[in-house]
Parts: sequence; C-alpha cells; structure tokens
Amino acid sequence: MEIVPYRHAEGLVIRVNTARIDAAVAIEFKEAVRQAASGPGNPVILDLSQVSFLDSSGLGAVVAVMKLLAPERALHLAGLTPSVAKVFRLTRMDTIFTIHDHAPGGTANPLKAAG
Amino acid sequence: MAKVSQPSAQADLPPAHGPGATPWPAQQPNTDVFSRQFVSGDLATRATLAALMAQMQVLGVGHADRANAELILAEALNNVNEHAYASQPGPVHLIVHIRQNGLACLVCDQGAPMPCGQAPDPPLPPMEPPDMIAEGGFGWHIIRCLSTDLHYLRSDGWNRLSFFVPFGRAD
Repeated sequence: MEIVPYRHAEGLVIRVNTARIDAAVAIEFKEAVRQAASGPGNPVILDLSQVSFLDSSGLGAVVAVMKLLAPERALHLAGLTPSVAKVFRLTRMDTIFTIHDHAPGGTANPLKAAG
Repeated sequence: MAKVSQPSAQADLPPAHGPGATPWPAQQPNTDVFSRQFVSGDLATRATLAALMAQMQVLGVGHADRANAELILAEALNNVNEHAYASQPGPVHLIVHIRQNGLACLVCDQGAPMPCGQAPDPPLPPMEPPDMIAEGGFGWHIIRCLSTDLHYLRSDGWNRLSFFVPFGRAD
C-alpha cells in the first residue's frame, strides 16, 4: 500500500494511493498512516481521492488513526469519492470529521461526477 | 480440530426449495444468477465481490448500484469471516439474483449461529466523547440501511442470511 505524506502550509497531507481500504488491508492501512503521520504538521489531512471502496473495517481504521492523533492533532479527510462519502454519511461519521472537497493544492475529485 | 467440510461438496449446500429453504421470491424473467462457493477469508471476499461486480457491469447495472451492492455484501461477508468463522475458516455460499429492480442476495455459512438466533439490529455506536468513538460495530447498521426484506434462518447447521438490495434508491 502506497502512502505518501507531504508537508503543506495547511497541514501534513497523507495521500492514500490505493483503491480499496477493506478488511484485507485495514490493519496495514492503519499502521502505514500512523507512521506517515509521525512527521510534524497539524492538522493531518488524509487524501482519499484515489480510494474507490471503503468498508466498515476501513472506516474503523480511519477512526483509529483519528484517536491516535488526538488530542494534540486533528485528522481531516479530503477528496472523498462518492462510495466512500456514502459510508461516512450512513454511519454519521461525516459529523465527526472535517471533510474537504479536495486536498490542499489538489483539485476536486473527478470521480465525484460519476456518482 | 473439527473437520471443515469442503464448500464444493454439493451435498452440503442448503436446500434451494422445500422445508428449511430461505423464502425466495419466485424466479422472474430477466434474472441472472451469480453463485459462488468459497472458503471464508478477506481475500476470498475480495475476489468474490470483484467477480460479482464484473457480472453486474456486463449486465448494465450502473455504477452507484454496483457500489451499493459491493458495500453491503462486503459487510455481510466480513461478518461471516469475523464472527461465524472467528475460530477457523469454513465454507461460504453466496447466491445473488440480479434483477432489474435490485439484487436478491443469500449468504450461507456453517459457522457459529447469530446471537439469540436473530440478525443483529444495533444502534449506531456512540459518537462522543471523542476518545470513545467506536472503531467497529457499523457493519450491521450499513447492511440494514441498504437492504430490505432481511431474514435470518439457522437450519441444518447453516446460517442463511437473505436480503434484497433495491436499485436506484436515494440515500
């Protein structure tokens, strides 16, 4: 799983370059993001624009990362594709996270139009 | 260790008709059937969902309906992996009737029965305080949100979970 962190004026951006965050990779994802978030920067902005599928296991991993970072640092989400946004909406987790249309410096997710 | 029966053994399949069968709506015209037997596991779940998504795409099912189906079936199969077969893998049989208005799904396994003999219907886990936000327990909520006509039956050593996933439903 390719996880690419980079510093930006608005925070530490972590780009997730994988199409699926499901039960098969949830633990690996959580650990990879935790390591990527070890650098400085606040908030940590998880760029999910390349993720087309996330199930409740993946959701749990995202929540786990948020709790690992708290209370010193906030976890924001960016670039949710329609399928991923739906999982956050169904579980009301969209009320817990600050969600950006796109990561800093990026463009709005082109997949959104397909939803 | 208990012997795990092979999922390919036809005799182990739950009956499609007759006593103990999950009540199926009658077969309709324009229905395609996806049927796959496999040994439980996260990667087997992935492969099964990929095959179903491919078949649905060939049949012209739209992106949003495919995504819906993939999510709910992922949750149902995750439950089989994590709960029914928590101690060791076992056979799973997924049957999906692809209709014009939605999917009639049947998930069968020979793992542990569901608690109290019923499919769970839990409330959403707590959202506060922040350090108490749950990292799990969302699967059944998602299944219930996206399905209708959900039934659970335990018979002849099989768990049989059936539900309908309507197409074109706004959320």
